[in-house]
Amino acid sequence: MSDTPVQTSATVLTVRQVQDYHAMTLVAPAIAERFRPGQFVAVAVGGEHTARLVRRCFGVHQVQSDYGGTVEVVFADTEPGTGWLAGRRARDQLDLLGPLGRPFRLPRDPVSCLLAAGGPGGAAVFALADTLVRRGCQVHFVLAGPSAKQVFGSRMAQRIGDTATVVTEDGSLGEKGTMSDVLPRVVQETGADVVYACGPTGLLRAVTRVAGEFGLPSQVSVEEFLQRTGACGIGVCMTCMLPLHGDDGVTRMVRACADGPVLRGDRVRWGDLGTIPFDALGAPRVLSVTEGGPK
Amino acid sequence: MSDRASDRVRTALGALELPNPVLTASGCGGTGRELAQFFDLTRLGAFVTTSVMPQARAGRPTPRVTETPSGLLTAMGLPGPGIETFLERDLPWLIEQDVRTIVSIAGNSVEEFGDLARRLRHVPGVAAIEVNVACPNVEDRGRMFGWHPSAAASVLRAVRAAARPGTPIFAKLAPDVTDIVGIALACVDAGADGLTLINTMDGMAIDPHTLRPALTGVSGGLSGPAIRPVAVRCVYQVHAALPSTPIIGVGGIATGLDALEFILAGASAVAVGTALFHDPAAGPRVLRELDEALAARRIGRLPDAVGLAHKPAGYVPPQVRPQEPEKEKL
Repeated sequence: MSDTPVQTSATVLTVRQVQDYHAMTLVAPAIAERFRPGQFVAVAVGGEHTARLVRRCFGVHQVQSDYGGTVEVVFADTEPGTGWLAGRRARDQLDLLGPLGRPFRLPRDPVSCLLAAGGPGGAAVFALADTLVRRGCQVHFVLAGPSAKQVFGSRMAQRIGDTATVVTEDGSLGEKGTMSDVLPRVVQETGADVVYACGPTGLLRAVTRVAGEFGLPSQVSVEEFLQRTGACGIGVCMTCMLPLHGDDGVTRMVRACADGPVLRGDRVRWGDLGTIPFDALGAPRVLSVTEGGPK
Repeated sequence: MSDRASDRVRTALGALELPNPVLTASGCGGTGRELAQFFDLTRLGAFVTTSVMPQARAGRPTPRVTETPSGLLTAMGLPGPGIETFLERDLPWLIEQDVRTIVSIAGNSVEEFGDLARRLRHVPGVAAIEVNVACPNVEDRGRMFGWHPSAAASVLRAVRAAARPGTPIFAKLAPDVTDIVGIALACVDAGADGLTLINTMDGMAIDPHTLRPALTGVSGGLSGPAIRPVAVRCVYQVHAALPSTPIIGVGGIATGLDALEFILAGASAVAVGTALFHDPAAGPRVLRELDEALAARRIGRLPDAVGLAHKPAGYVPPQVRPQEPEKEKL
């Protein structure tokens, strides 16, 4: 089965600093050949006898066919584990699991697609853009970040996108504002048929709301939430749970890694992230202080 | 070395014979399907399920896990689908794959434990039942069953009475108690066929950025190599008191030598837990390394090594002797 993930020892090809982030290219043919846009890899950090047991999950920015197949991930150095990763050099070996999770669902017809991204994880929309362009879809980028240094891939977006809009909170790159400020206008201008998004949960929530206002389907990757809450990446640790509204109207706690990371935006209960909604399947029936109820 | 486990690692937990001693620890192997993407589960001695409870439980809100030095601190709140869905969806899949399955059960009252054991009574393919007594007893102000010999014993008595007579029952005990040997004795007296040592131990971490507890559950269970010395101590003490009671050693096992340490302390089998989060294929790897470690020490049969650390230095059991007698060369 080619859609099952593999565990592989990957060789670091390059590590580059890109703005505030690190872009790492790894030689991993078995992962590259199985990869579909939206999927992620789980990296073990700290070497063979590591004291850091949690795998770091990163969406794949792009795969390429050189060296038999490479995958590139983009991450921020926010804690000792990612700091260790940023310190790797060419020819170092990393233990990698992937490709993991459910990919973005692709449109059957060559429609107009809006790709909204923010943060280092937003880099994952570029792998999607490549696939969409090959299918004849129009691709419109909206990249958002606090400042120019936290916007990844603005030049690449201008190169491969039919349009590219950049918005920063301090106005240091592109327009001044937030994703919610520009998204409605871009949707109207581009005549988008579907919205894809990857980035911090606040951004995903805003994208989902705007898509809903225009009656557009939204597919969002909760990779950032997974990075913050997950431990294994493969669906056994049950720590990256978020509330999802099902077809049957029942809210279930699902795993961001194995049931996501790509989810229908309108199905995620964004306001209830980090809680167990009282109406979720299996929610505690009696809320006591120790169960997270009223203090 | 071939994939097939050698005869050297055959073991027995009382009446339950296993081709090898490496199990998954409860709560660390998902439903089994996730790990099966990385290796064939039949290569395990047995698969231990996540503790199943009477009802579906969503568990605690996130964050549920935080990384600590050589360990994980988790406060999950025993999430799970409930016994109904477990029997319809998860257990049949494991049985279909021919995976030896030990079902872990958890309840919030003695009655719930008994009910769960009764539900499993007529289910084929349950190799053993593991009783997770590290559960809050709602009938006793939420105190853990496993904290008190009498409370743990009443759970084991209820499970023994309700379970199918031939099904081996293991009590899984937490280490953060005054006297684990006393609790182990109480469980065995109440009908446990064996013991699983140890569950996680209570710990806490505070996030220096938010200035609040790192977990929603405030405190959580510490697991991983950080607790291995505690686990080895518990296995050693309990084996010394109950040498004929089979023990499943759990706690921070990540390599074959870790597993050997537990066996020497008195465990007849070992379970790999937190290591699975880091390396999904840890089970077969630990088994291979253990097999090699036994061979290198000229231990021909794993049961000969069980509890060997209790023997005086220099003592060599009759069965543990060089594979190729050197005398023949003379």
